[in-house]
Amino acid sequence: MTPSDLDRPGCDDVAALRVEGLEKSFGNYPVLRGVTLTAHRHEVIGILGSSGSGKSTLLRCLNLLELPNRGRMWVLGERLKLREAVNGRGGAILDRRQIQRVRASLGMVFQSFNLWPHRTILENVAEGPTHVLRQSRREAIGVAEHYLAQVGLADRRHHYPHHLSGGQQQRAGIARALAMEPAVLLFDEPTSALDPELTGEVLKVIRSLAEEGRTMLLVTHELAFAREVSTRAAFMHDGKIEEEGPSRQLFLEPASERLRRFLQSHY
Amino acid sequence: MNGFAIQFLHGLCMTVLVAAISGVLGTAVGLAGAASKLSAYRIPMWLAEVYTTVIRGVPELLVILLIYFGGTAAITFAIGRYVEISALSAGVIALTVIFGAYSTEIFRGAILSIPRGQWEAASSIGLKSWQIWLLVILPQMVRVALPAFCNLWISLLKDTALISVVGLTDIMRVAFVGAGSMRAPLTFYLAASALYLLLTSVSLLAFRRLEQYIAVPGQLR
Repeated sequence: MTPSDLDRPGCDDVAALRVEGLEKSFGNYPVLRGVTLTAHRHEVIGILGSSGSGKSTLLRCLNLLELPNRGRMWVLGERLKLREAVNGRGGAILDRRQIQRVRASLGMVFQSFNLWPHRTILENVAEGPTHVLRQSRREAIGVAEHYLAQVGLADRRHHYPHHLSGGQQQRAGIARALAMEPAVLLFDEPTSALDPELTGEVLKVIRSLAEEGRTMLLVTHELAFAREVSTRAAFMHDGKIEEEGPSRQLFLEPASERLRRFLQSHY
Repeated sequence: MNGFAIQFLHGLCMTVLVAAISGVLGTAVGLAGAASKLSAYRIPMWLAEVYTTVIRGVPELLVILLIYFGGTAAITFAIGRYVEISALSAGVIALTVIFGAYSTEIFRGAILSIPRGQWEAASSIGLKSWQIWLLVILPQMVRVALPAFCNLWISLLKDTALISVVGLTDIMRVAFVGAGSMRAPLTFYLAASALYLLLTSVSLLAFRRLEQYIAVPGQLR
């Protein structure tokens, strides 16, 4: 989806992604305690917070890799059909087809890349378009080659993941998410598993995507980068969003004492 | 002895036939068993658990006898008159059940060796469960399971010898009969051993080639 596609008249008022009162606990341990967040089109939201604050769990709940116990979710205005957890019975997906369709429109980039090792990176990227979007083989290969070129891996397309560096694998992971033409891109600490000298190439790709106007949620420890690319930022603490606002304001004039301390120690 | 060459050839065919059918069916049972054991539902999980525990806990010879006599009793009961289950079907069923129980565990281990992230990446792009199994899990687990699976196949080839107790004319049966009637046990048992060794060696070679064929180019395991 190019930015111009997103600008269809009449679509502007619908948020790309919205969650209300999201709760999630692992056993008796609450990880998310009522998170409400809206991502409008073209927004890049940086999600900050120390380890254990729930930011990765939030991202994983957004495309239902983890099932929330409670809370409402909308993707492009469509309400997701979920059952709330009651009396020890976990939450559940009520409409599997809907969730599969919605997942395909939420591109996920994982900390540990999660490329499929038995496929070349071209095949990794073409898999979604072929089997989910039901494009012809030729079409899917074309899409895959396009996005691999965009992340600078055109010449490596026939390599297997283990032949690539971590940075290249992560860029392939981004291309795999992009090939689904997602409405929202979710980045779960995309550079945390990388050697410092390899993070740059991945951040460069993410920056170019932000400049294209793609809607993105970015969980990261790279605060300087988050500040630079995100339009809005949310600071999570203890399963809740402690503070949220335009990224510049959040970084320069943090309102809460906690965020102030967090920024001082990490940034 | 010359007359027995033809007999041995028939026995060889029977052994290969029984092993091949039970191998294929047993693999299907094993995949289903592994999927049940790893499923989120309790009933198939427990059924699979009971199945592998019982079958792996009882000597194979007994499983064959139980299925032969149990099968005969069941058919007799169902039809209302005495019908004996054929040695071939009893043998194939018994070996399928045995092969399925052991391969369940091999496949379960292989599936567990695949990192969770592989599933997550697949479902995050919207693949359906069966697509994830077919495109992501199976191709990876085959590589992990193959060495142990090869072991099991070799075992199966040799276990077919046990079916001779219910009267199937396989290699073992031919050797037994020949040894008795020609009064040359050593000769006949050596001949039978050579035939089993031939089958297992060919299998080992085939599995080696298969392993090379499906390996991801350049990947170290």
